Amino acid sequence: MSAVIDSHHDDHHHGPAKGFSRWLYTTNHKDIGSMYLWFSLVMLFIGGAMAMVIRAELFEPGSQIVSPEFYNQMVTNHGLIMVFGVIMPAFVGFANWMIPMQIGAPDMALPRLNNLSFWILPVAFGILLSTFFMEGGAPNFGWTFYAPLSTEYAPPTVTFFIFSVHIMGASSIMGSINIITTILNMRAPGMTLMKMPLFVWSWFITAYLLIAVMPVLAGAVTMMLMDIHAGTSFFKAGGGGDPVLFQHIFWFFGHPEVYIMILPAFGIVSHIIETFSRKPIFGYSSMVYAIASIALLSFVVWAHHMFTVGMPIAGELFFMYSTMLIAIPTGVKVFNWLSTMFKGSLTFETPMLFAIAFVALFTIGGLSGIMLAIAPADFQYHDTYFVVAHFHYVLVPGALFSLLAAAYYWIPKWTGKMYDETLGKVHFWMSFISVNLTFFPMHFVGLAGMPRRIPDYAMQFADWNMMVSVGAFLFGISQLLFLFIVLKCIYNGKAATTEVWEGAKDKGFEWTVDSPAPYHTFSSPPSMESLKSSS
Amino acid sequence: MKAQKSTLKLILFTFGMFGFGFALVPLYDVFCDITGLNGKVTGPTITSYDQELSTREVKITFITSNNKQMPWSFKSSSPQMKVETGQDYLMDFTFTNTTNKPMIAQAVPSVSPGRGAKYFHKTECFCFEQQFLEAGESITIPVKFIIDPELPEDIPSLALGYTLFDVTEEFANLQAIN
Repeated sequence: MSAVIDSHHDDHHHGPAKGFSRWLYTTNHKDIGSMYLWFSLVMLFIGGAMAMVIRAELFEPGSQIVSPEFYNQMVTNHGLIMVFGVIMPAFVGFANWMIPMQIGAPDMALPRLNNLSFWILPVAFGILLSTFFMEGGAPNFGWTFYAPLSTEYAPPTVTFFIFSVHIMGASSIMGSINIITTILNMRAPGMTLMKMPLFVWSWFITAYLLIAVMPVLAGAVTMMLMDIHAGTSFFKAGGGGDPVLFQHIFWFFGHPEVYIMILPAFGIVSHIIETFSRKPIFGYSSMVYAIASIALLSFVVWAHHMFTVGMPIAGELFFMYSTMLIAIPTGVKVFNWLSTMFKGSLTFETPMLFAIAFVALFTIGGLSGIMLAIAPADFQYHDTYFVVAHFHYVLVPGALFSLLAAAYYWIPKWTGKMYDETLGKVHFWMSFISVNLTFFPMHFVGLAGMPRRIPDYAMQFADWNMMVSVGAFLFGISQLLFLFIVLKCIYNGKAATTEVWEGAKDKGFEWTVDSPAPYHTFSSPPSMESLKSSS
Repeated sequence: MKAQKSTLKLILFTFGMFGFGFALVPLYDVFCDITGLNGKVTGPTITSYDQELSTREVKITFITSNNKQMPWSFKSSSPQMKVETGQDYLMDFTFTNTTNKPMIAQAVPSVSPGRGAKYFHKTECFCFEQQFLEAGESITIPVKFIIDPELPEDIPSLALGYTLFDVTEEFANLQAIN
């Protein structure tokens, strides 16, 4: 620890190193945060390109562009990349950039670990993507990789997939340990836990979820590895194992994982809504308790993903009711956001537009979640496009919109320059319209019985699918506009003020430092007095 | 340092959760045994019943299927039978190795509906051991079973399914030793 503090003293006298080695060896939380964000943006375009292939194939019924085998690879890798390569690293990127600045710390607690946890990520995804060029093709068993599809029937490249998941997991776990240690030990004097900004709170809880479930996922893929190569029978019925066990272990990881991808979004949206409503957040402590109860409940609901495997009625009822219970803390959060906006002096800059769209559209995704939680109804909805609509509503206009909102909200602080507000609004409206055009009709075809993960479909679904594909292409193009806006901001933006947003100075330490934020901030901790109203 | 202490605790927690993932395997088996979840069936437990218990008629369906590319022929002598609860019954199953090399197979049972599994007592069953057959050889083995008279009223019929797995590679060594 003392070595870390010393190195900070040295760095003070000169700026960052030049060239590639700056990025390779950096232990600066801002550099690492930026790398995480750029990495996830690149992965967004790779995973997005796969989504475009999927939608092009589904534009019309019949098999036209890709083979069914390749289609399965697209579906699988689209899911894996978007979950593990886009949403999760992007939130870690925001955590790296913002948590030290929001709690008034000079850097993360474990800067070298931080460097390592970023740099193994490109390795993991390099391994995963390299399988496309191998014999047998990339993984094709869906992002949930149910055994025995992912063991006995898997392409030989599954071993690369397993190691890639191990590395991704190690990266997330190291990142989480770092975040918790930072939050526990490096807060500015006077910042008690219940005075922490909500983004910090949401990440504090998310990091605990990550270290609780990522090792379980690592265990699951290790069992797969042993089933494939060591002759064990964890999931092989022939040797006394049970494939259903895989689903239990996977979803024991998988359901908390769903909240890992949305809790930090709750924190981000809370900050944006309070800033642009010019009011402190309504019900701060209930927000904290709501996040904590969602996190705790997420451990006892996993089997609602697998109602159809055959469960005693008591099990179905337990998982149905515990799932529905989650709607209560989630509802508390939605009503708190609405109450924050109520009678506020609202302005609608791009981050606020994305945040409001988040509240509205995430709620739609939440409500279809309640429909899916109803065990008897789920037998009808299971593995249909209704499920696809549900989780895309919580992940795209949910998690992804919150990430875009956060990028617009904090980019002036990072770069010292304002983005183009007009283009930002164009980006928002294009995204908002196309996201609904893409995912809303999926509810209809799903309820009508269109199964998910198929390259072809019955004729009666043709019209809605064409509409979905058009929406998806438009959404894809809209995100290229986002890339343009970011680059334009960096190279050609107008200078931003220290406060950036009107009244933001009272809202958090990050708005009290210069724009762009200096390479080293808070070498001496700030005082809580500097925030006039601590929210 | 405080930071090192929290880091160490978190690392230990991580390893603990990795172990918990593996602990789920035996936990799951215990849980299934207790609840009869998944139609998992245990070894012979009950061999006869008190004749005075009231009995009723239940329809039993036998389903045989082969896993993957398992080439053997595997059939029950009749697809279904009506039985009285609390009494012993026999059903013959015939295995034929249709290939031209010796093979080892194992049949894995499953009862559905799952919650009926704990009332389906197999007193003698080939599912507890591997079958070794020479090329072209055929064998008929009976399954002895009793349906528990306490089978819930709302279950009018049970299905006993067997899936035949090729375990030649896994058990090749064992066979050599024997």
